[in-house]
Amino acid sequence: MVNLKGWFRSPQNELEKGGVMSEDSGIRNACPHCGVLLPLSEQQENMNVCTACGYHFRVSPRERIDYLADEDSFQELYGDLKSRDVLGFPGYDQKLRNAKLASREREAVVCGTAKIEGELCALFFMDPNFMMGSMGTVVGEKITSLFEYATEHALPVVGYTVSGGARMQEGILSLMQMAKTSAAVKRHSEAGNFYLTVLTDPTTGGVTASFAMEGDIILAEPGATVGFAGARVIEQTIRKKLPQGFQKAEFLLDHGFVDAIVPRPEQKETVAKLLRLHRNEGKSFLTENF
Amino acid sequence: MSAYDKVLLARAKGRPTGLSYIQNIFEDFMELHGDRRYADDPAIVGGIAALDGMPVTVIAMEKGDDMRDKVRRNFGAPNPEGYRKALRLMKQAEKFQRPVVCFVDTSGAFCGMGAEERGQGQAIAENLMEMANLKTPIVSVLVGEGGSGGALALAVADQVWILENAVYSVISPEGCASILWKDAKKVKDAAECLRITAQDMEELGVVERVIPEDKESEETYGKLKAALLEVLPELKKLSPEELLQKRYERFRKF
Repeated sequence: MVNLKGWFRSPQNELEKGGVMSEDSGIRNACPHCGVLLPLSEQQENMNVCTACGYHFRVSPRERIDYLADEDSFQELYGDLKSRDVLGFPGYDQKLRNAKLASREREAVVCGTAKIEGELCALFFMDPNFMMGSMGTVVGEKITSLFEYATEHALPVVGYTVSGGARMQEGILSLMQMAKTSAAVKRHSEAGNFYLTVLTDPTTGGVTASFAMEGDIILAEPGATVGFAGARVIEQTIRKKLPQGFQKAEFLLDHGFVDAIVPRPEQKETVAKLLRLHRNEGKSFLTENF
Repeated sequence: MSAYDKVLLARAKGRPTGLSYIQNIFEDFMELHGDRRYADDPAIVGGIAALDGMPVTVIAMEKGDDMRDKVRRNFGAPNPEGYRKALRLMKQAEKFQRPVVCFVDTSGAFCGMGAEERGQGQAIAENLMEMANLKTPIVSVLVGEGGSGGALALAVADQVWILENAVYSVISPEGCASILWKDAKKVKDAAECLRITAQDMEELGVVERVIPEDKESEETYGKLKAALLEVLPELKKLSPEELLQKRYERFRKF
C-alpha cells in the first residue's frame, strides 16, 4: 500500500529536501588504506586523497579534468566512438552495457584538448569505472587518433593511464591496439613533440607494455600499482608471496622506471611546468635538421 | 579440429622450436649474445645469417629441446633482457641495411619478480615503438605459441605469417577461462571464443600468409625459405619512407 500522505508532508531532513550533501550530511567513506572514516565532502575537496594518510582514491576522467584543466577549456574529441562486440564474445554486450552505466561514459578513455595554466595540450584519461580501463579497439582508436591529431597540430600529449590491460573480449584485435598506439606515439615523438604520462592505480598488462611506458617523462601517483603481470599471476608462477610494496609506484621509482611520484594536489602545477619547459613553438628540431 | 586441439598442437612436444628454423632455413648463422645492459637471455636467440647469400638478422624465441635446455631457456618465456637483445640486433640490422626475420614461439613474456624489477612492460613497449619505425624490412613468423604482448614484441613487422598449426592470442585460453568464468575447465570454450587459430588470423587480417605444415618439417622449412626469398627482395625495393608508411597502415587498420 503506497503511503500517499507521505508524498505531501514537509521534508524532515537534508536528504529529503533534495539530497544536498553538506558537511553534516554524515556520509563517510572508510579509507581502504588507513581505515579512517572520512566525510565525503572533505575527501572530495581534497581531490579524493585521504586527509589522514594520503591514499589516492581512484577517480573518473571527468574528475581529473576538473583537477587539471583550466576552467571550461576542455574540448572532447572522438566522444561518439563506442565498442561493438566484433567477435561475438559471450557476455561482452552485457559487460559493455554495465560499464556504460557504471561510468556514464561510452568507452574506457576520454580524449580531448585543454589548457593547463594556459598551456594548450592534447589529453587522454582512462576510466577505472569502465571495465577497469581495459583496451579494446575503440580505446586504441581514440588514443591513436589523439596522437595523430597532436602530431598534426604540434601539440604535446598528457596521458593518464589506468588499466587492467588488453580487453580479452576483443581477442587478438585488442592485442593489435598495442602496436597501433605505439606506432602513433612514435610518429608524434619523431616530430619532436612532448609526451607525458601519469601512471595511476592500477596500470598493468598491455597498457603498461605499450603507451603507458612510452612517455618522454613518466610520472606516477603515490601508491599506484604499476606492472606488466598481475600480482596473482606472478605468485602462481614463482610459487611465493610477493614482498610488500612490490609493483608500487615507489618500487618503480627505485628501479628506474618512473621519473617522479607526484601527489594529486601537485599535479596541475607539475604538468603545467613540464609543458612550459617543452614549448616547441610549432617547430621541431628533429624535422628541421634531418 | 577444435581451437583447443590447435593450442595443444602448437605446444606439442617434438614440434620444431625457434633455433631449428634458423638452422634449417639460413646458412652461416652466427649467434650474437647479450643486451649490453644486464644479461643474455637464452629464451631469445639472435644473430646474423645468410638467406641464399643475402645477409639477414635472425631472431627466434627458443623453448629448448631436452629438459635441461628447457629450464635454461625458461621454457621460451623471455625476460626484459631478451627483448632488449632483440632490439639491439634489430638496430644493428637497420644500420647495415639487412632485413630482419623473427620467429615467434612463446607462451608469453615471463611473469617473474626479476622481470618486473627490470621493466618487462617497458622493454616490450620500447620494442613496439622502435619496430614501428625500424628502417629495414621485417618479417615475423608465428611458428608455435603467440602469447600476447610477449609475442607481439617481435611481431611488429611489414608482413606477419603464421604456420598452419600455430596460434596467436591476447591471453592464454587457460588465463581467459579462469579470469572470466573462474573455471579452468572452460578452457576449450575460451579457446573457441578468443579466435586464436591460424585460420582466424587470416580472416581477421592479422597475418598476410598461413604457411601449410607438412608431416616432414623439412618441407615446411622449404616453404618458409621460398616465401622469404620471394618477399624480402620485394620489401628491400621500397624506400624507407614507403616501407614505414605501409607498416604504419598495416597496424593502423585494426
